[in-house]
Amino acid sequence: MPAVLLEALCIAQSHLWMPPDASLHGLAVDRLMRWNLIAICICFLVAHVWLILAVVRKKQRLKVQDNRGPRRQLLAAGVIAALCAMYLWMAVTAQHLWAQNRYAGPSLEAMQVEVVGEQFQWYFRYPGSDATFGSTRPALVNAAEGNPLGLNPRDPRSADDIVSSVLVLPAGREVDLRLRSLDVIHGLFIPSMRLKENAVPGLVLHVHFTPTTPGTYPILCSQVCGLGHARMQAILSVVSPAEFEAWLAARERARAKESGPTEPTAP
Amino acid sequence: MKLFTTQHRRLGVLYLLLSLAAVAIGTLLSLVMRIHRVWPDTPLPIIGLLKPEDYLALVTMHGTLMIFFVLTIAPQIGFASLVLPEQIGARSMAFPRLNAAAFWIAVTALLVLLTAFFVPKGAPIGGWTSYPPLSAIPAAGPGEGAGMDFWLVSIGLFCLSSWLAAVNILATILGERRAGMTWSRLPMTVWAWLVTSILTLLAFAVLLAAIVLLISDRHFGSSFFVPAGDLINGRIVGRGDGSPLLWLHLFWFFGHPEVYIAVLPGMGLATSLFANFGRRRVRGYPVMAAMLIAIGFLGLIVWGHHMFVSGMNPYAGTAFALTTMAIAVPSTVEVLGWLTMLWGGGLRFPTPMLFALGFLSFFIAGGLTGPILAQPALDSYLHNTFFVVAHFHMVMAMAGTFSLFAGIYYWFPLMTGRLMNETLGKLHFWLSIIGAWGTFFPMHFSGLAGEPRHYDRLTGPATSFSGIIANERGITSAALFLAAAQLIFLWNIFRSARRGRPAPPNPWQATTLEWAPEPPTRRIERGPYEYEIAVNEMIFTPQWESASKQE
Repeated sequence: MPAVLLEALCIAQSHLWMPPDASLHGLAVDRLMRWNLIAICICFLVAHVWLILAVVRKKQRLKVQDNRGPRRQLLAAGVIAALCAMYLWMAVTAQHLWAQNRYAGPSLEAMQVEVVGEQFQWYFRYPGSDATFGSTRPALVNAAEGNPLGLNPRDPRSADDIVSSVLVLPAGREVDLRLRSLDVIHGLFIPSMRLKENAVPGLVLHVHFTPTTPGTYPILCSQVCGLGHARMQAILSVVSPAEFEAWLAARERARAKESGPTEPTAP
Repeated sequence: MKLFTTQHRRLGVLYLLLSLAAVAIGTLLSLVMRIHRVWPDTPLPIIGLLKPEDYLALVTMHGTLMIFFVLTIAPQIGFASLVLPEQIGARSMAFPRLNAAAFWIAVTALLVLLTAFFVPKGAPIGGWTSYPPLSAIPAAGPGEGAGMDFWLVSIGLFCLSSWLAAVNILATILGERRAGMTWSRLPMTVWAWLVTSILTLLAFAVLLAAIVLLISDRHFGSSFFVPAGDLINGRIVGRGDGSPLLWLHLFWFFGHPEVYIAVLPGMGLATSLFANFGRRRVRGYPVMAAMLIAIGFLGLIVWGHHMFVSGMNPYAGTAFALTTMAIAVPSTVEVLGWLTMLWGGGLRFPTPMLFALGFLSFFIAGGLTGPILAQPALDSYLHNTFFVVAHFHMVMAMAGTFSLFAGIYYWFPLMTGRLMNETLGKLHFWLSIIGAWGTFFPMHFSGLAGEPRHYDRLTGPATSFSGIIANERGITSAALFLAAAQLIFLWNIFRSARRGRPAPPNPWQATTLEWAPEPPTRRIERGPYEYEIAVNEMIFTPQWESASKQE
């Protein structure tokens, strides 16, 4: 019997729970989530048991003996104080984690990747060998001609920029995402990385995280952005550092071949 | 019934009928959505196969109808128009003609909103929050052209209507109280309306401003919300350098107090009903009233918790998280107040009391997920997932609706002189609470699994969410069940209005003034909840009795 229960729990966990965490900061997020859910479940159950008992109680106490007043007030104050302590604890632990994740920027060694949302597609740009993103102009955007982000061909720094429709990341290295949108507000949501941040036109936003477990994970759009909102999805592929180097090198070679002839010769 | 009237009770009924129409349409829309989500490739009768934009239009219109035309109108001006003047011993609202004007503006707003379904390319698809640039640029999607214009005009009119209604409620409470109706003698509902009307004045004014700015962006060449170089559908549309985040701030400055406008009257009503059907006084009345004010005040400074992942400064996220967490304190005090009030046994359970208890159950369940969503670290996973959908449907939609049902069953004799059928009422309650828990509780798990809102189908290019399909089917079945149970309510209303048992005077043995056999002529000298407990006997002193009378 316990085995069956455990199995049922596992099934429930795999589908009706958060997908397994694959990021470094996600462990703490999951721990916080678990404790918070347990805490509110207990409050919920206690309140409802109380409510049901109050409803089924037939006998009505007459008004006479009310010498328990002060003790009751003390009890009520105690319950309120305990619940306030719980809220305070929730606030403090959560803010601690939030500060860790978002107050400080990424480490200097973090890999740079730009994420651009447009109706209804995510693009991922790697800065290439110069480690610098080239400039872009909205007027140059032309997905049909292979320039979905409007890379400026006159800018030598963009000549080696790689644009991918798959986000490939090496496991174990921190990544700094540079988040933009070309048109409307989109929401970058990578459930397995416990990561969500809107891509807002006119703003460049940064979020950083460290993927830890190699695998393939869905990237979703979490902010309604038009009729294709539900299909605006992409793949995050977390691979070993060696595989990542190989992938990047292949993409860099391909990029050099394609932009080679038009590239202005650097002095 | 006379349609053009300035009589407040009739207007109250008209407001409630308007909400009833809106809730009926809104519910049908949600059923189409629920069915489409689990069988996305099955053509539906009459409508046929739903396109993704059709689904989004349904979401937008469902949210708009429910939040504005049901949960703003009915608990606030609907009920206030029905009983507020009597409850404070006034003969009418402060401005009866303004009340009628506000009602007809609200009717116009509803008609304008529904017109959006029938214009070319249909209703807007950006959700009830209408984030720009999607909502600012007609080319950004179907429904964002004429449909969006109708939406904006409708909500603009609605702002005006709510504003006038709130001015009226506030003026009535402040200026029309009978002599002796002191602050500590107000029924708790009046405290709630006092707070919601102030919230309405502050919040809807800002929403109206935001709507005017958005209309200006769409038609008069301004660029408040559209950034420079914004590229939509291959064309650069940004003229100046506006900020979409500005809309989010303005919208949520309205949007969060709006939640309290929807739910505070229910809190006041629940307090009154618990006192009445428990035959007991409200312990800590000043605290309960003060907590309503505290919730209202804090409600004005928490809007940023809708924006933790919007690109807002993370330090601001911390500030808003802390103010939001602070709201848990007055809410907890209210809930503990009710729970201690209910203790002691001997409660009576006519239908209004059952629905008030249902309200409490949902308020607790939905309220408790609030502190989770108030934590930016957790919200950065849960934001815009079905966990949030579950949260606000529990705490606002279900708690709100159950308090509406409680009020309608309770005050029905004032509207029609008849009581609603108790057997049907109890059946309605039990089926509704089962259906509502079955619909909204499992949504938490879809949300934890990561399912975002506004998805017309579960399977996408990168994900299948196959594991939650069974859960989603259960939700859809429960939603159909819940909606079907409301047919009992409709039948009960229309039948009881004509053939119900004639109500005796003061059918619930209540103490508040709306049940006085005739308008009080003397000073009010009693508190609102003077109930006593006695063996096999009802002892209570209505507010219309004088203080000298022996108990």
